Amino acid sequence: MTKEERLKKRHRAEKRFRFYGLTSIFVALLFVVILVQNIFSKGSSAFKKTIITTEVFFDQELLEIQNGASQEEIMEADFYDIMIENLIKAYPAKNRDEEDELLKLFSGDAEIEIKKAFLNDNKLIGKTITLDLTASDDIDQLHKGNYPRDLPEERRRISDFQLVIYDYFVENKKISKNFNNYFFNNGDSRDPELAGIGGALVGSFYSILICLLLAFPVAVLASIYLEEFAPKNKITDFIEININNLAAVPSIVYGLLALQILLATIQLPRSTPLVAGITLALMTLPRIIIPCRASLKAVPPSIREGALAVGASKFQSVFHHVVPLALPGTLSGTIIGLAQALGETAPLILIGMVAFVVDIPSSPIDPSSSLPVQVYLWSESAERGFVEKTSATIMMLLSFLIVMNFIAVYLRQKFEKRWN
Amino acid sequence: MNIVLIFLITIFSVSLFFYGKSKTKTISIKDNIKLNALPKFYGYYLVLWCSIPALVFLLVWSLFEPVIIKSIIIETAANQGAIFSDKNEANLIYEKIKAIHLGTYFGDIDSILKESALAYAKFINLFTNSKVVLIFGIIIASVIYSLKKIKNNNKARDDVEVILKGLLFVSSLIAILTTLGIIFSLLFESIKFFSVINIFDYLFGTNWSPQRAFVRDASSITAAEFEELKDAFGFIPLIAGTSFIAFIAMLVAVPIGLFSGIYMAEYASIKVRRISKPIIEILAGIPTVVYGFFAALTVGPFFRQVGENLGLTVSSESALAAGLIMGIMIIPYVSSLSDDVINSVPQSLRDGSYAVGATKSETIKQVVIPAALPGIIGSVLLAVSRAIGETMIVVMAAGLAANLTINPLESTTTITTQIVMILVGDQEFDSPKTQSAFALGLTLFIATLILNYIAQRAVKKYREKYD
Repeated sequence: MTKEERLKKRHRAEKRFRFYGLTSIFVALLFVVILVQNIFSKGSSAFKKTIITTEVFFDQELLEIQNGASQEEIMEADFYDIMIENLIKAYPAKNRDEEDELLKLFSGDAEIEIKKAFLNDNKLIGKTITLDLTASDDIDQLHKGNYPRDLPEERRRISDFQLVIYDYFVENKKISKNFNNYFFNNGDSRDPELAGIGGALVGSFYSILICLLLAFPVAVLASIYLEEFAPKNKITDFIEININNLAAVPSIVYGLLALQILLATIQLPRSTPLVAGITLALMTLPRIIIPCRASLKAVPPSIREGALAVGASKFQSVFHHVVPLALPGTLSGTIIGLAQALGETAPLILIGMVAFVVDIPSSPIDPSSSLPVQVYLWSESAERGFVEKTSATIMMLLSFLIVMNFIAVYLRQKFEKRWN
Repeated sequence: MNIVLIFLITIFSVSLFFYGKSKTKTISIKDNIKLNALPKFYGYYLVLWCSIPALVFLLVWSLFEPVIIKSIIIETAANQGAIFSDKNEANLIYEKIKAIHLGTYFGDIDSILKESALAYAKFINLFTNSKVVLIFGIIIASVIYSLKKIKNNNKARDDVEVILKGLLFVSSLIAILTTLGIIFSLLFESIKFFSVINIFDYLFGTNWSPQRAFVRDASSITAAEFEELKDAFGFIPLIAGTSFIAFIAMLVAVPIGLFSGIYMAEYASIKVRRISKPIIEILAGIPTVVYGFFAALTVGPFFRQVGENLGLTVSSESALAAGLIMGIMIIPYVSSLSDDVINSVPQSLRDGSYAVGATKSETIKQVVIPAALPGIIGSVLLAVSRAIGETMIVVMAAGLAANLTINPLESTTTITTQIVMILVGDQEFDSPKTQSAFALGLTLFIATLILNYIAQRAVKKYREKYD
């Protein structure tokens, strides 16, 4: 091999090496794109729901209440017959079986939706109004195009007759899509068309709030102690090693800790945001302490010395001068820690947040779910409608994380001083 | 009740602050003495003395009150003739008594329950009253003590600072308390588990089927049941599955992560670096449940489809899908750390290499990487510890049944999956099945601790070498 050939070979190797590096970065970036695209394409349809426009006639004979009935009377009244009578008029069905199939096109909440219309206007008896009723999950998925209709009938969840009705609805423009308020307002449900993340949102909010209230003060105080006051001795070293190790302990171990100490020993109520918040706080604590200490360390000693020189005590120099300067870094570290806690799932599963909770929690000691746990729960469900709901929940979760991280970056860039 | 007490303590503290401040001011004017601190520090001093002892007492009391009342009530119920054979039944009776007291119980109430409910009401009352009395006692005592101190014109600022310093120290101790809590809660149940299952049967058994262990009470086990149990808790399939999935993950993460790290540290312009680094780090910020969802619903079925087309049988919960996605999650851990490590290799080493005519890639391969190797190994070990402790991806995308296999297309299970599977839903606390989850947790904790220790030592040694 001549010199030139060798050099060429070496340069080719150089190019190849560079190419590997570039490809790796590209693969990693590509994956981010694929993941986000996949979630968005599956989930964006969940923000709309399919509605069937139906005429509802409030027949006096079928209702036991009068025009102008009080709220309690309406709440107690039975709207089941009214619902059946009106819904079967939506399409001319020939027999009971066909009527049943027709009724199955509407969601399980049709009766409640009719009742709500009456609650809004209690003088409707004897009148006919047009109402937008939520369609059942199968129709919803069919209308959104997520459900193939060219399968043989026995492999479909929708019968041929239901398809005929659906086509009739489409032709007469009785079926349309509307903003899915249920997705944001409702709690969990076995029916995908009625299931929402309202409960999970509130549960996550309480959990993160408790986590913040517990972890932030303790983390800030602990890092101030370790950075500013701690003497260099064995105890301090031990605490430091401990904090570094705790930050690397798998999150599921914190779940076991919470199960044994919080639930079994001191018997806090299971499945509640209170327990979740405490667990997440214990887990987040070391992850906040590390950036807090870093930002305290970044404040130059001249600041402390300046304060001490004009007669401040050690405490005054730290709390009046060092801590305010370190605050942006501290806050952004805390927000990033909280963002991690918001996405944490495994420990919450162990403390029983996987329970099926329909009601939206009104306080931190009510059983509840949380956003990531809701993702886990729905992804285990077989119904097709839950796939888009799960993806949409992930979209909500990711957008919260993006906002939190954005705030953290903004705080750091806007308020943090550079000491050069 | 607690909220009322906390509210009262706050009000007392705030009013004491103003009292202390004005009192010392008037004393100093009236008696014409020089105060040893600014008046507000006397206020702070009173606040701290008024609130901290009372709040600490309230916290400790609230932690132990329910446990103590429960044991007392179960005992009185037993004395009155309630029959329960194990802890679960006792708990059930206690819950019933509590519900009767709250008026939310609608079942049959016999005389034993009725009596116990009355006793429960009595004890609750007694405990609440004594709590209130004790808290006020504590507040009065500490306020009298601190008032006496400030009348003597103490060095309030120094005293306040000593108390606050104590508070700071206690905050930093919470990390140690957490570690102790983890160790004790894991050890406690694990010891119970190992008193039933031989530790060697656990460590070297090749069969994991905890569902067989439906024995309720570990203390009254028959010989036949014991034989059944003996080989139900073999750890080998779990560690094999965990390592296998982690290995697949590392096959993905190490090359991609390392090459990205090298490229960003050595080749990329500042602009490319500034954009690509945060985007890659997004991968570490995405919640693992999202990866799990993606692996289970998109990647798993996709592999299965591809396998079918190629004539292979691929499980839809294959180790390959879980490992691949886990690897992608771990890429930023490898890339960021190795980027940092490579950056801290001194420029002089590179310059020396260029000076003898090496190309850039030759310099990287033969000088920079060997120099950075301990740090890179450290970062890979940290990534491994991440991978074996990762839960949601494997819970959602890997299998549940423990089978020893090295075929990446089959399903296999991991330590974390089994912990979740055992503990999800209702557990009976004294069954070996539940306890086995804690034994698994302990094993996992120790394994990650060792990996982290080695990794941190490696990185630290390396840093010291070039600092």
